[in-house]
Parts: sequence; structure tokens; C-alpha cells
Amino acid sequence: MGCIYQTEENPHFQYVLGLADDALILGQRWGEWLSKGPTLELDIAASNLALDLIGQANLLLEHAAELEGKGHTADDLAYLRDAHDFRNHWLVEQPNDDWGVTTARMLVFSLYQYCRYEALVKSSDAHLADIVAKALKEVSYHRRFAAEWTIRLGQGTEESNQRIQRGFDMLWRFVPELFETVCWEQTLADDGIAVASGTLQDAWEAEVTLILTQANLSVPKGDAHQFGSRHDGHHTEHLGTLLCELQFLQRSYPTASGAVW
Amino acid sequence: MTDLAPHLESRQPAHMPGTAEEAAIWAVLAEVPDPEVPALSLLDLGVIRAVHVVSPPKEGRGGVAKIDVTPTYTGCPATGLINEMIKAAVTNAGYHDTSINMVISPAWTTDWITAEGREKLREYGIAPPVGSAPSGKAALFGVSPVVTCPRCSSENTEQVSEFGATACKAMYRCLACQEPFEYFKCI
Ligand SMILES: [Zn+2]
Repeated sequence: MGCIYQTEENPHFQYVLGLADDALILGQRWGEWLSKGPTLELDIAASNLALDLIGQANLLLEHAAELEGKGHTADDLAYLRDAHDFRNHWLVEQPNDDWGVTTARMLVFSLYQYCRYEALVKSSDAHLADIVAKALKEVSYHRRFAAEWTIRLGQGTEESNQRIQRGFDMLWRFVPELFETVCWEQTLADDGIAVASGTLQDAWEAEVTLILTQANLSVPKGDAHQFGSRHDGHHTEHLGTLLCELQFLQRSYPTASGAVW
Repeated sequence: MTDLAPHLESRQPAHMPGTAEEAAIWAVLAEVPDPEVPALSLLDLGVIRAVHVVSPPKEGRGGVAKIDVTPTYTGCPATGLINEMIKAAVTNAGYHDTSINMVISPAWTTDWITAEGREKLREYGIAPPVGSAPSGKAALFGVSPVVTCPRCSSENTEQVSEFGATACKAMYRCLACQEPFEYFKCI
């Protein structure tokens, strides 16, 4: 099974698609908490987080579809691509597991997403800059939510401390992929369109270390060399099952004119 | 030419100069409620960014209008409904060809909620946004605003959750009168 989208083809499109897919897949993961949140307030928080992320994905996918220039809509890209054509990081497709893992993931990712969007506000792609400027307001709430919950669980009981530490320990191997700068991304960054992911790492590490320390948690040690090679269509097994649910209705009840949701 | 809605005093924002026809459309939109917080009109909410009359209705022919609208949050599920309500209201005012142009820049901010809108929110039981939206890099842990209870006006309140029944609100409770209430988040 080959990818439809070869990495060397239209890197500007692939880059925006990557931003969109991160938001879409993590939004879907948040949606899975609905009716199962640990408390009513957190259930509502989960739906808000899911909505924000899917809203961002929608704007980004619309933009990606324009850049692709093949007449696709945002819905086509969300509902009619198979796993190997998704460009999200492996981190966001991992299962929610428990609230500790979900919170750890949200801290790792929302700090990263904030750094990334903050840099992209200055993108020479004016439409992308407008989208991220709007999304940044939402993500500043997300990272605060994740940071507060990390501290609450870390400083809570022995059990809550262990559960969130387990989350960071489990997910840490997916961190290096966030800061991997592939050569075409560097070229886009040189052109002022993208931000080279590697340049975000120092600021991210400083923030995450600060929060983990305050939360009485340890920054996971050991070699973390997991690179996702998502650009070549490689994903973990979990993306396929996530897409089964995300794309079920559209694939079971296809419409002649493409995806309409 | 004010026969579109002659009974409505123009509610066109002072910073949006326009023709008499455009003023009449602003007045119509001032009567369209936000579907999620019906105490507010779409004008109070600040989501209508511009009104353009391409050609006014005349001699039985419908007019053509374009309305610039901005979403509050990117994923606000009311956006589609808001657009339909705008179209219906402006179409009823004689503009049979009304189109919506979604604009996302500059990004919507609670600073655009009118003073009148803030008072309506309070009367409705929702604490209006405190202060103005943060500019520049937002602090990770900002100083929490002092949110006044919309029922008893006590400042002795606490946040229950950052997220509420709609994307734009947080949940609070008043420690003086014990009532829970919603706070319209400042973004
Ligand atoms: Zn009170």
C-alpha cells in the first residue's frame, strides 16, 4: 500500500496537512472521553478541548485543500484518506488509557503546539498565520488546563502521582518525533512559511521541566529515539482503529459528491 | 432609504460608517439573538464585522448583500446556525441574495462584546469578561481575574472549571450566596 502523498510532492501542503492532522486526531481522542470523564466538569472540559481542536483542524484542512489544488474539501481530507496518508505525530494517535496518560499527553502536546503556533504567527503564509493566531488563544487555555492537572495529580495522592508519572514514562519515547526537522521542512522554514521543529525544543523542554518539577514528578530518563517517519506514511497500529470510528459513517454511507459532514 | 426596517433605530456601530441601507441591515442584525446566549444579540457579541450592500432592493426586486462574520472559537458549533440566522434576517429585509463571508483575522476577542452586551450578560446570570484580552505572549499561569457574582455582586467567588457548557464560558461558584454561575471567558 503506497501513500497517495509522496513526501517530496507539494511540501507546503504536506506541512499544513501535518498541523491539521495533529489537531484532528487529538480532537478525536478527546472526543472519546465523552460520557466517560472522571467528573462531570472534566467530561465537559473534554468536549470543549475536542471542539477547539477539531475547529482548528477544519480551518487547517480547508487551507491544506486549497494548497493541494485538486478540488478536495476539508471533509474529503478528514474522511476519505487512509492511515498512511495521515501526517500527524505518533504521540497524538496513542490511546487515551487513563486520565494520567491523557493529561501527560496533553501537557506534552499543548506546550509543543503553543510553541509551534506562536512561531507560525509570523509565517509568510498569511492565511496560515491568521489561523494560528486565532488558535493560539484556545491553546493557551489548553496548556494551562494540562499544566494545572499535571500539578494537581503530581502533588495529589501517591496513587495519582504514580498514574501521571506512568503517563509521562509511557509517552516519552514519542517526544523526539515532535522536534524532528525533515529537510523539506527546513526549506519551508528558510522561506519563512514553516518553523523548523527542532528550534522549538529548548523552549519546550524548559517549560515541561518547570511544570514536572513543580508537580513532584521526574522528567523521564533514558534514550528516546522513536522517530515516527510519518512523512512516509508509517503510524502505530492505533491510528487505524481511531480512523475506523472517525470515518465510519462517511464510509458506510458514501455520497456521490464526496464527504459531506 | 430606510423603508427596510423603518421602525428600528439604527444600531450600526459608530466605527462602521456605511450607507443608509447598510445602517438598516445593522439594525436588523441587532435584533438577532446569539443562539447559545440569547440574551445577547449578534451585534452585542461582536461577530458581525462588516455589512456590504451590493445593490439595494427596489421595485420588487431583491437586493444583494454580503455580511462579514467571524467565529468566536474555531470549533464553535453555533457558527453554522448563526450564519443561517443572519441570512434569514437579512433576506427577510429584502436582500434575497445574501451571502456570508467568514473572516478569521483579526481573531475575535471578548473586547468586542459591547458595553450593553456586558450588562445584558450580567442580568442574564452570566458574569461578563473581566478586563481586556491578554495581548502578546500569554503567561502560562495568569493571575486569575476577580469575577463578581452576577446574582449578589460578591467578589468572593471561585472557579469550578475552566470549561463550561459552551466554549466561551467557564464555571464558577459564589462563596457568599452559594449559587453556581457561568463566567464569559476573556480571550
Ligand atoms: Zn453570589
